[in-house]
Amino acid sequence: MREVAVVAFTQSEHSGEDQGLLETEILAPVIGEIKERTGLTRFGFTCSGSCDYLQGAPFAFVSALDTVGAWPPISESHVEMDGAWALYEAWVKLQIGEIDTALVYGFGKSTQNDIRAIFTQQHDPYYLAPLGVDNVSLAALQARAYMDESGVKEDDLRAVAARSRAAGRGNPFALDLPDPADGAGYDVAPLREHDVAPLTDGAAAIVLAAGDKARELCERPAWITGIDHRVEPHSPGARDLTRSESTRIAGEKAGAAGVEIAELYAQFSHEELILREALGLGDDVTVNPSGGALAANPLMAGGLIRIGEAASRIHDGTAARTLGHASSGPCLQQNLVCVMSGEK
Amino acid sequence: MGNSCAVIGVGQTQYKTKRLDVSMAGLLREAARRALDDAGLTWRDIDAIVVGKAPDLFEGVVMPEVFLADALGAAGKPLIRVHTAGSVGGSTAIVAANLVRSGVHDRVLTLAWEKQSESNATWALTVNSPFTTSLVVGAGGYFAPHIRAYIRKSGAPEHIGHLVAVKDRENALRNPYAHLKIPGISREMVESTPMLWEPIRYLDTCPSSDGACAMVLASEDAAKKAPGKPAWVQATSMRSEPMTFSGRDNVSPQAGKDCAADVYKQAGIADPRRELDCAEVYVPFSWYEPMWLENLGFCGEGEGWKLTESGATAFDGDTPWNPSGGVLSSNPIGASGMIRFAEAAMQVSDRAGEHQVDGARRALGHAYGGGAQFYAMWIVGSEKP
Repeated sequence: MREVAVVAFTQSEHSGEDQGLLETEILAPVIGEIKERTGLTRFGFTCSGSCDYLQGAPFAFVSALDTVGAWPPISESHVEMDGAWALYEAWVKLQIGEIDTALVYGFGKSTQNDIRAIFTQQHDPYYLAPLGVDNVSLAALQARAYMDESGVKEDDLRAVAARSRAAGRGNPFALDLPDPADGAGYDVAPLREHDVAPLTDGAAAIVLAAGDKARELCERPAWITGIDHRVEPHSPGARDLTRSESTRIAGEKAGAAGVEIAELYAQFSHEELILREALGLGDDVTVNPSGGALAANPLMAGGLIRIGEAASRIHDGTAARTLGHASSGPCLQQNLVCVMSGEK
Repeated sequence: MGNSCAVIGVGQTQYKTKRLDVSMAGLLREAARRALDDAGLTWRDIDAIVVGKAPDLFEGVVMPEVFLADALGAAGKPLIRVHTAGSVGGSTAIVAANLVRSGVHDRVLTLAWEKQSESNATWALTVNSPFTTSLVVGAGGYFAPHIRAYIRKSGAPEHIGHLVAVKDRENALRNPYAHLKIPGISREMVESTPMLWEPIRYLDTCPSSDGACAMVLASEDAAKKAPGKPAWVQATSMRSEPMTFSGRDNVSPQAGKDCAADVYKQAGIADPRRELDCAEVYVPFSWYEPMWLENLGFCGEGEGWKLTESGATAFDGDTPWNPSGGVLSSNPIGASGMIRFAEAAMQVSDRAGEHQVDGARRALGHAYGGGAQFYAMWIVGSEKP
């Protein structure tokens, strides 16, 4: 395959409160910064990820495009998914060999919504959605199944949350969340409040470049050595919720073995544990040094941020081989794994 | 550059106002099964799935590809959901083609659909976010002023749109999947229908349809094993421009011109009217045929309506446009672009049945979306590029 690398990553200072900004206003500075940092104002391809339901109106990506600047006209596309899949689409396009750079971004504003009500509408509309089950309740079912199977206790989940929040406090872009409180109540048992990712507004952007263009734009490019994504059946009753088969396949195809740092898009504490097992990550692998989604969860940018954070560890020389992961759908239904290396 | 890619299977559903006999999943299965059968393949042979539809508000399901994963045969495979407004059917096909052209996969199933009867598309298009231009009342409310501007600018007589409305519906009579079949349709009939958004009359506009379209795209090796004649992808392009700024030409947007120039260059085409044997072009309101004839370089500025009036774009004209009946005859919005792409492929691989254009060897598939700001096009041919 053609050499393609993440050469730049920018993100907003994510917010857990409505700051009175439109989605596009959250996105605009991020795009401005990445253009300034790379010195690029035109890209071979542009691709974004967003979700109309967060805005409550069709075509969220249209106004974002106005923000990004598309004049003279640009070569551009959009996935109604996390921006990580936009990155995948851009990576595929770069593989053809006709272009050398791509701008990828994702954005979402969660604080003005009832996210649970919205994502209830993501389920099968004929059978599952009418039951009114929300994404946190489904995650709790998965957590219960996983704990029963693995022997993991609530304290183990709490440890994941505590580590994520502590790391998030050291990350200027994540939320400033306290250690899990002693008497933290259940959100939906067995998940306590700290086991559920916070509502967050935010945006992120990545520039991909191929070959010499990557070397020109970045001192230490994060070369994508493998990227793959897989989906599973939708119904929670149709799959084994205690493991993530799609992550396992994607991890194998992308070559997850041997990474030093993994940024996992776990929106619930137990998901991190399931993902670690699926990817075969040992105790020697540092997971979510950024704090992960439990410390800041801008929807539709969350997975892209994981790839960006994992790439940043290569950019700054702290790691040679890292992994970024993204997820979509209830109970980790769909997963993407991107493995990056400082050496090519 | 890139590897060769061919369409080796096409599947469409019946297009109609309400498909009460199938769920969304069932609708997609119908199209997918037909495409797989056409390609002589089973679900197991498919490496990845690329699916597209227009806004989620159209059916009221958030990111519906997630619940449709099983029906799409995607379990254990990569699945991508593309959304680029009305152009999405075209861009979905291009994303799928890129998966083959890049060498990442050998056989990709791509589908696009809309089941508009499960919601209300005009309502969904009317909701607008703060500080952005409202589409007023559905798509017609947005496009009518641009059509009026075209008429004023080009000096076209008022009946040109009606000619297109008649021509495309006459073509639809030959297409077994078409939604609107109006035997004996005439200019008088179109002119007698109510004015919806001046100058757009009822029969100058497209229907709201339920329907899906699917294609199997394949690498050169995989195409060799296909039972039918492949349609080779000779060029693909996508272009976008902002919806609103004062210097924008809403009548003939630059992104459309650039996108067309790009596919012609890739395919080595200097004169599209002469070198393309037919075209499937996204014409949801009849007046968009003359407008796009100019935008796509089939004629000079202000000449599009003359070409339409001369009969050049008719089924037996020298440059047939929308031999399938086009968007004016069937409009499952998210699928409409892919239908254009698929119909172009059908023409160059002798799959078009009664609406086959004799000797078609090279065809254009075109889609546009948003405020006429998103474009996706491909050129397919019977010869490998």
